[in-house]
Amino acid sequence: MALLTCRDLSLGYDGHVVVGGLNFEVNAGDYLCVVGENGSGKSTLMKTLLGLLSPLSGEILTGDGLKRNEIGYLPQQTEVQKDFPASVWEIVLSGCGNRMGLRPFYGKDEKKRALENAERMGITPYLKRCYRELSGGQQQRVLLARALCATTKMLLLDEPVAGLDPVVTAEMYDLIEELNKKDGITVMMISHDISAAVRYADHILHVADHVFFGTTDEYLGNDISSGFLKKGGDEQ
Amino acid sequence: MNEIIDKLTTYLQFDFVRYALIVGVLVALCSSLLGVTLVLKRFSFIGDGLSHVAFGAMAIAAVLRLTNDMPLVLILTTLCAILLLRKGQNAKIKGDAAIAMISVGALAVGYLLMNIFSKSSNVSGDVCTTLFGSMSILTLTKSEVWLSIVLSAAVLIVFILFYNKIFSVTFDENFSTATGMKTGLYNLLIAVVIAVIIVLAMNLVGSLLISALVVFPALSAMRVFRSFRSVTICSAVFSVTCAFLGILIAIVAGTPVGSTIVATDIVGFGSFTLIGFVTKGKRV
Repeated sequence: MALLTCRDLSLGYDGHVVVGGLNFEVNAGDYLCVVGENGSGKSTLMKTLLGLLSPLSGEILTGDGLKRNEIGYLPQQTEVQKDFPASVWEIVLSGCGNRMGLRPFYGKDEKKRALENAERMGITPYLKRCYRELSGGQQQRVLLARALCATTKMLLLDEPVAGLDPVVTAEMYDLIEELNKKDGITVMMISHDISAAVRYADHILHVADHVFFGTTDEYLGNDISSGFLKKGGDEQ
Repeated sequence: MNEIIDKLTTYLQFDFVRYALIVGVLVALCSSLLGVTLVLKRFSFIGDGLSHVAFGAMAIAAVLRLTNDMPLVLILTTLCAILLLRKGQNAKIKGDAAIAMISVGALAVGYLLMNIFSKSSNVSGDVCTTLFGSMSILTLTKSEVWLSIVLSAAVLIVFILFYNKIFSVTFDENFSTATGMKTGLYNLLIAVVIAVIIVLAMNLVGSLLISALVVFPALSAMRVFRSFRSVTICSAVFSVTCAFLGILIAIVAGTPVGSTIVATDIVGFGSFTLIGFVTKGKRV
């Protein structure tokens, strides 16, 4: 059984279909990149998978013991967070929220878990620092550590390298690859960066009028990729 | 100086002065707690909007000749708070516009009702009292003081128990929802707590000045401190100190209580901005 299976999924807002006919599955250990043009429905797909929106039709199944609230999520930065007074530690710890239930305060387990993930992301030197004073790359590491507190199985990343400089972007990709290869965490990533997508991912989901889903090799041999790759190459 | 101390000791022997201090400090404490969340969620003006609703509700209560208007005011204000904070994809009028609409609407209707139906000879005096809280804090009865104590204690307990959840919901609502937190429920809780605080604070500073109690402590604390916990604690201490000093000054100088407290808040904000500027290099 796959970790995540989507069958005949169609997505949108207020009955207005943004994208339809989505069929794909994500198996444990996969590295899936979701690509497509702006407005093609990538973010809508992400929101639906996270349960923030309900699908218009079709179904989303989780298997292999993955619960819907055990998906770690790395969102794009919001306006609110830019001047939010919060220490790195407070943010990482808040990733443990899904294991709290009705308990009001974090216990030893949560703190240990938060510290482990902070070490994993190399952000322990900044634990007491204020989040908004960190650089873009450091902020992404903090949010990634928080996402890792929420999951041991699967990460959903929404354009994790948006706004980062090339050096930090490469570091971020390496970090994500390491999580995928070394720790066996399944990665599903929305990306604009098509060249990085085909380099790192083993599966591609191309969201467009004709949806493509398959391995990266299949994608490279497919018509749909060639036009898109060329365009993506021009932009770089 | 001795003269002032003498004057204060004399005043402090009166029950009504002590009541005013107790209620003032409690209200200031409660309103500062959620201030941080409201400022960050871009809801600074919700206090203003809701207090106008409370004003309208008081007018309705007056028209209906209710002797105890508290329950009606509390219910109507809570309903509006829920309406405003409920984040729906399908909300046709959003955020600030919704607050503006409800706020002025309730104010106008309230004033209209008071004018048409009031039997009091001094309508503008009544209205002024409700809007600026002029003297009502000094005319509190013992039962009102107890009610304030109970409600404040409830707000405080709820805030401490849900502190971590409030942090998560404020910092990143989508992440919280995605990881299975019942964010809708917590937003509702925040709305109810705010409504209770507003109704409590009406007595102290009146409906026009409530926003000051909500935003000044939070903004001042954010100038100096840089973690959610330290900001929350600092804004509580800031708010309580300013309210206490403000009430004392108002009593000694004979100025209106509400506006004196707000003036103290402004001075406090100024000094915190200065402190923040000076300590910019050293992060707290």
